[in-house]
Amino acid sequence: MLRLTVNGKPHELHNVDESTPLLWVLRDALGLVGTKYGCGVAQCGACTVQINGNPVRSCSVPASAAADREVTTVEGLARSDGSLHPVQQAWIDEDVAQCGYCQSGQLVSAAALLARNPAPSDEDINRAMDGNICRCGTYKRIRKAIHSAAAELRREGGAA
Amino acid sequence: MSTSNYAADPYLHEVLAELEALEDARYRVAAQTVDRRTFLKLTGVAGGGLMLAIAAPGGRGLARAAAEDAASFAPNAYLKIATDGVITIYSKNPEVGQGVKTSMPMIVAEELDAAWDDVRVEQSEINEAVYGRQFAGGSLAIPWHWDTLRQAGAVAKAMLVAAAAERWGVPASELAAADSRVTHAASGRSLGYGELATAAAQLPVPDPKDIPLKSRDQYKLLGKRITGVDNHALVTGQPLFGIDQAVDGMHYATFVKCPAVGGRVAGANLDEIKALPGVTHAFVLEGNGKVTELMPGVAIVADSTWAALNARRALKVDWDESDASKDSWSASVAAAKRLSQQQVTGQPVAASGNADAALAAGTKRVKSFYTYPFISHAPMEPQNCTAWYRDGQLTLWAPSQTPGRAIDNAASVLGIDKANITLHQTRVGGGFGRRLMNDYACEAAAISREAGVPVKLQWTREQDMGHDFYRVGGFHALEGSVDADGKLSAWRDHFITFTADGEKPVSGGTIRPAEFPGPLVENYELTMSMLPLATPCGPWRAPGSNAIAFAVQSFIHELAVAADRDHLEFLLEIMGEPRWLGEQGGRDLNTARAAAVIKLAAEKAGWGQPMPAGRGLGLSFHFSHMGHFAEVADVSVSPDKKLTVHSVTIAADVGPIVNMSGAENQCEGGVIDGLSTMIGLELSIEEGRIQESNFDRYPILRMGSVPDVNVHFIQSEYPPTGLGEPALPPLAPAVCNAIYAASGHRVKTLPLSREGFFV
Repeated sequence: MLRLTVNGKPHELHNVDESTPLLWVLRDALGLVGTKYGCGVAQCGACTVQINGNPVRSCSVPASAAADREVTTVEGLARSDGSLHPVQQAWIDEDVAQCGYCQSGQLVSAAALLARNPAPSDEDINRAMDGNICRCGTYKRIRKAIHSAAAELRREGGAA
Repeated sequence: MSTSNYAADPYLHEVLAELEALEDARYRVAAQTVDRRTFLKLTGVAGGGLMLAIAAPGGRGLARAAAEDAASFAPNAYLKIATDGVITIYSKNPEVGQGVKTSMPMIVAEELDAAWDDVRVEQSEINEAVYGRQFAGGSLAIPWHWDTLRQAGAVAKAMLVAAAAERWGVPASELAAADSRVTHAASGRSLGYGELATAAAQLPVPDPKDIPLKSRDQYKLLGKRITGVDNHALVTGQPLFGIDQAVDGMHYATFVKCPAVGGRVAGANLDEIKALPGVTHAFVLEGNGKVTELMPGVAIVADSTWAALNARRALKVDWDESDASKDSWSASVAAAKRLSQQQVTGQPVAASGNADAALAAGTKRVKSFYTYPFISHAPMEPQNCTAWYRDGQLTLWAPSQTPGRAIDNAASVLGIDKANITLHQTRVGGGFGRRLMNDYACEAAAISREAGVPVKLQWTREQDMGHDFYRVGGFHALEGSVDADGKLSAWRDHFITFTADGEKPVSGGTIRPAEFPGPLVENYELTMSMLPLATPCGPWRAPGSNAIAFAVQSFIHELAVAADRDHLEFLLEIMGEPRWLGEQGGRDLNTARAAAVIKLAAEKAGWGQPMPAGRGLGLSFHFSHMGHFAEVADVSVSPDKKLTVHSVTIAADVGPIVNMSGAENQCEGGVIDGLSTMIGLELSIEEGRIQESNFDRYPILRMGSVPDVNVHFIQSEYPPTGLGEPALPPLAPAVCNAIYAASGHRVKTLPLSREGFFV
């Protein structure tokens, strides 16, 4: 049996091979399809999720590696009151997406960056987002949205 | 090379010929076809309100569909105004990232004078008998629907205004509509569209010819920045895409085809595969021999994606490759070089004046051989389709660019009537032309029927790259001359491309007789030779243009340099007097529009300013998809050939802008796609096999390497065109010309990594 905690919710999974990549457990067994398959070899970042806050490529991590840890997917970015995470809101405000397929992974990587660096430079952003390909070429807007989400998080922090 | 023909060309010729005919018809008759019967009021709407349907170009129309099929007629709305004021606009075409699900409804909302916050957008069902072709391709959605969508909004508004006039007993001319309300200023009365909708639905539909459309200065919504209607669902990870679909009892399928197209299954370890955990079925499908439908392969069906992929790795297939592709890119390159060196000029395509004599008389004469490789579409969402065949009925959930054709293709493969097929259009994780073909949908359909269960077919990235319809590689052997005044005096292009049938170039490998700069050069000769090819090819974002622009716009710069002329001045001189090439006022290149974007791009990029050593500006222009585009790249080249593309400045004339945010996004994306492709993307083909299989050897650019992109639109009064494609072609030559300006190195082979450049 595989025990996973995803977006704060515990799951007990029977009949799932523990070597199955986390990506396919999320998508097929838990129905969390926001996390995308893009390459299967940790090259494109469409499958990015956080394990204990760290961005990982779920296509290349066995589900067992996430046991007893906190997994956060794009579905779990929003706050408990249902309001959007500032990166999600910034993505809407900047109209980042074209096809949109890679954006789940981009958002999860961006949220992980901002959790540890509230004021990233362009260079910090380039480094943190280097594992995420956008085939449509929305990088300029992604960078702008990250800066604007960072500013929003700092405002929230200051207000708290 | 193989003589077998597995080309997508017969299919693509049909698709493209139909689109051209439809486009031609649209262009010739323009809005005149829009008449009273184009719009139909749908009565009996549950809960009241107004529902208006429209017929798109190419469809038989709702009114006729209703008349011909009254008993089973199910109305398909375009526009619904509910009594609570919610305005639903239905989006008929696939959303592949080009933004039509937002931009097309904006056009309706503008003329309707709807408040955008009141608008909900829903994807239409796929029903081409009613809607006409529902497809994503050719940057055509906006030009094709511009008139009809505006008229739909205007007609609905006229009905709402008429309903208010009747209610208040005042002339309609005294009323004004704005923000989803009709107001009578004289009496201070005002009603929302929701309050008027049921009354409006009782009125006759006016003739659209009698309803004036807004002029540009009256626009409130068009030209604004509107965020995509699916953005909230996207950022919260909702199931929008093909890969996200699920049905009860669904199994997961994978399908293995020969890595060299045309190989057949001689044997496979099916018994071993069937014994693997999670595997429920394993079988061979012979296919129908059509690469756009179903080629031979082994299907594995399992209870999870991972079980299917694991079984795939254990699968051993003995391929019969007697009729399979033996293509070799390295052999083709050698053959093309031999052809060009033998001074063979291929079959004539276009000619004017006397190129031979003018070249001989030229003060400066330049000769160059340009090469560009095969590339893959590599959309982020690998091909997939969910299919359920039961009791003679097939249901598909497909991320297709041509859903109507997917139905035709599946009907052909299964041998069933297409009336028995329903297709649910999903959002599409990138098209770029790949999903004009529906092979993955045919495979899913055939697997579901054979296995007797609903299946989700998932291609791996390796399959997606290995079984694409590629952008064909090619070669231009160019010769040109300038006269004593430094003016372009002659141009000769021997274009070397590929053929599958021995008669016509493969799709994406053609060149138009009127290709720039032909019509503008006094002494001109364009010829073509074709090398044999079995590898399937197809349209890739801005087909033809994406490669032709590289050769043509680089060579113009070479000639300007040879003549010791400023590139900007030389290019503007070629454009000459303001005129249309081809039809007057038509869809062709207009030299005045071209000159205007070239001047604007140069001005915005600071053309002519002194640049530091190792840094240069490069200029280019290309016209495609009815869009005039000029681009200037600002590039640094280090002594060890490291490239830094600082910025790209775009000036474009595509007529009025519908959604400024979407328009700029398409331009930025087109430039980055072009840059990614020219820097490091190529496919080597040997023994009929594509050697690159994943992003490790097909390096799409990442965030740290992309330039700043500045977009400037000249919003002319010409009808608008789509933006999915025309920003891409000028990028490669702009960067190559900048590399020359920065380093003196003339790039003649793409990708740049071939010549030692890196980012």
